[in-house]
Amino acid sequence: MITKRIIPCLDVRDGRVVKGVRFQGLGDVSDPVSLARHYSEGGADELVFYDITASAEGRKLFTDVLRETAANVFIPLTVGGGIAGLADFARVLESGADKVSVNSGAIADPRIIGEAARRYGSQCVVLSVDAARAGDGWHVFAKGGRVDTGMDALEWIRRGIGEGAGELVLNSIDTDGVKRGFDLPMLQAVCAFAAVPVIASGGAGSAADFVRLFREVPGVDAGLAASIFHFGEVTIRGLKEELAAAGIHVRL
Amino acid sequence: MIAIVDYGVGNLFSLASSFAAIGAEATVTGDAGILRTASHVVLPGVGAFGDARKKLSLRGLDAVLCRIVEEGKPLLGICLGMQLLFARSSEFGTHEGLGLLPGEITDMAPRLPGGLKTPQIGWNALHLVRPEHPLLKYTKEGDFVYFVHSYSAVGCGDALLAETEYGIPVTAAAGRANVMGCQFHPEKSGDAGLSILRAFLEL
Repeated sequence: MITKRIIPCLDVRDGRVVKGVRFQGLGDVSDPVSLARHYSEGGADELVFYDITASAEGRKLFTDVLRETAANVFIPLTVGGGIAGLADFARVLESGADKVSVNSGAIADPRIIGEAARRYGSQCVVLSVDAARAGDGWHVFAKGGRVDTGMDALEWIRRGIGEGAGELVLNSIDTDGVKRGFDLPMLQAVCAFAAVPVIASGGAGSAADFVRLFREVPGVDAGLAASIFHFGEVTIRGLKEELAAAGIHVRL
Repeated sequence: MIAIVDYGVGNLFSLASSFAAIGAEATVTGDAGILRTASHVVLPGVGAFGDARKKLSLRGLDAVLCRIVEEGKPLLGICLGMQLLFARSSEFGTHEGLGLLPGEITDMAPRLPGGLKTPQIGWNALHLVRPEHPLLKYTKEGDFVYFVHSYSAVGCGDALLAETEYGIPVTAAAGRANVMGCQFHPEKSGDAGLSILRAFLEL
């Protein structure tokens, strides 16, 4: 049976991993290529690279990093950050990305989802959504979670899937950084209708949070986290062993 | 020299890199002459069957591939590249494949029990139907590999090499004589995937 995926996420600026990484025994902790290799050897099922660079120079460094990672790490790579059109898809896919995630770019122009899906296939197009509780539902936020678009998150996700997104990353602004678990109510609401794989993001503070995630929202396909792995609080191998012990099917 | 067929579908960088990682020289090419001088040929592919099939024939590569197979060279199809080796596919209408492997490609969705999503995206375990097959020389029962697909091969008969379980048994690898295919992505399946590429190179 297909396994639940564990996905570490690396924020990259000017070719370096940001958010301090504290690992024992890993020489250069802000080198994305070493970190990617470390995670892959540790059992990560996939990697996400977010390009948080603003300059053209930084963007070039990012594609260099991507290329070197893809030449050395043989698990799927998803790339996000600054994807605003088909030219950006082409740029990162040619540098070794397998999937491309769109967020603010798709909010600005939702047609990008369908155009990319038609050119590269839906399996290549990941819709990443930052959402926070608003009244009875959730709103979509743009610009790295800073701007409330006023759009209903469930409606936006339904539309994105309809346009051709083949996978969904759902990042809860309310639980992000709090480290007290994933946003289960929001994930439940999305999994109730989403026919594409759903990746949960935001809030992981312990292995127990992942156990609860996969137990309580069986429709979730993968859990994504950054700092919990970067700080070595939880190793991927250790997390997967705990998941397996809890009866959740993972690749060990 | 290994030739990776470039016919305008998908990103071939990872595939070429994965051969480099096991110490082999791989050339990405759409040139019939170079393809015919290669020792091994790999047919990759992502996207839709009909579109990819058209791109192959527009470049005259369908005939080249059939000739390469007749000459006895090992050919490995990956993902959509594997599906193209079968007789036909029902993805967005009926399309003829290369007919190099027995069976056909059909939508998994109506065959799956409720609650399973298509595409199947993620890591799943291999069940070796023909563990003695040379392509599976370094592969163990239960090895995990990475899948991304909505359609799969049915009716492969004795060409079925390995399956995976996704609510139903799904064809994961097939082969007959010098023609082989993997539904999963060996270039994205860590060491388990590189082992399959290594076994192919040793054919």
